[in-house]
Amino acid sequence: MTWMLIVDIVSWILILAGSAFTIIGAVGTMRFPDFWSRLHAASVSESAGMLLLITGMCLQSGLTLVTVKLLIIAAFILITGPTSTHAVANAALTSGEKPKSDVIGEGDV
Amino acid sequence: MMLRKILTVLALFALWLLMSGIYKPLVVWLGVGSSLIAVMVVRRMDDAADADSLEVNLKLFATVRYWAWLMVEIAKSNWAVSKIILSPVMRLNQHHFIVPCTQKTNLGQTIFANSITLTPGTISVDVEGSGFLVHALSYEDETLPGLADMDARVTNIESVPE
Repeated sequence: MTWMLIVDIVSWILILAGSAFTIIGAVGTMRFPDFWSRLHAASVSESAGMLLLITGMCLQSGLTLVTVKLLIIAAFILITGPTSTHAVANAALTSGEKPKSDVIGEGDV
Repeated sequence: MMLRKILTVLALFALWLLMSGIYKPLVVWLGVGSSLIAVMVVRRMDDAADADSLEVNLKLFATVRYWAWLMVEIAKSNWAVSKIILSPVMRLNQHHFIVPCTQKTNLGQTIFANSITLTPGTISVDVEGSGFLVHALSYEDETLPGLADMDARVTNIESVPE
């Protein structure tokens, strides 16, 4: 019984932390000033938020088929997330959205 | 190639069993049938088109170790970006620059580019010559050496036949 309680507490901490990171990502998407910085904010929800939420849900469901499905979902998001972010960034660059550069120095484009 | 077909059927059928969760005889036989048909269709399309097969030239244990390392990096950079988002004065230092890449295979380059994008704070935007055009949210002196380190680690998990 105590073991179940510990798993429950850990999973709720993970789920709450994941929700917090998802909200932080959303807040960043609103607060950041331009297109390029907003892309970065969205990837906070996509990586930390998604991973923590799915780990928490895996602990909730235990060793069942649901956990297998959650892990497959995580694997897919880890591959498709960056791919779609890259697609959006590349499309923006192609259509003339200039990447902002506040730093001027070596390695400049 | 027969072995490859059989393994594909088995993998698809295992995926069916994991996804469905219903183990009535009819449903299981439908799974067997659709795995076989899927592989047959793909083989036919391969014969008609280019028969291009994906080659995964990766070292298994090195890849697992790389993923563990990448998870730590993702955690660190998530923390950094979250701090910027929540600070009253958002200290952005946006910059775009070229990161050289040393991978030999397309898959290796894809893993490196996706790893850059997966860690918040850096996004790979385009391929420029033998490197990637990367956009960083808060560029520091350590950003470029950090990405060079990631590049070396990705190159390290490739197993290219000489």
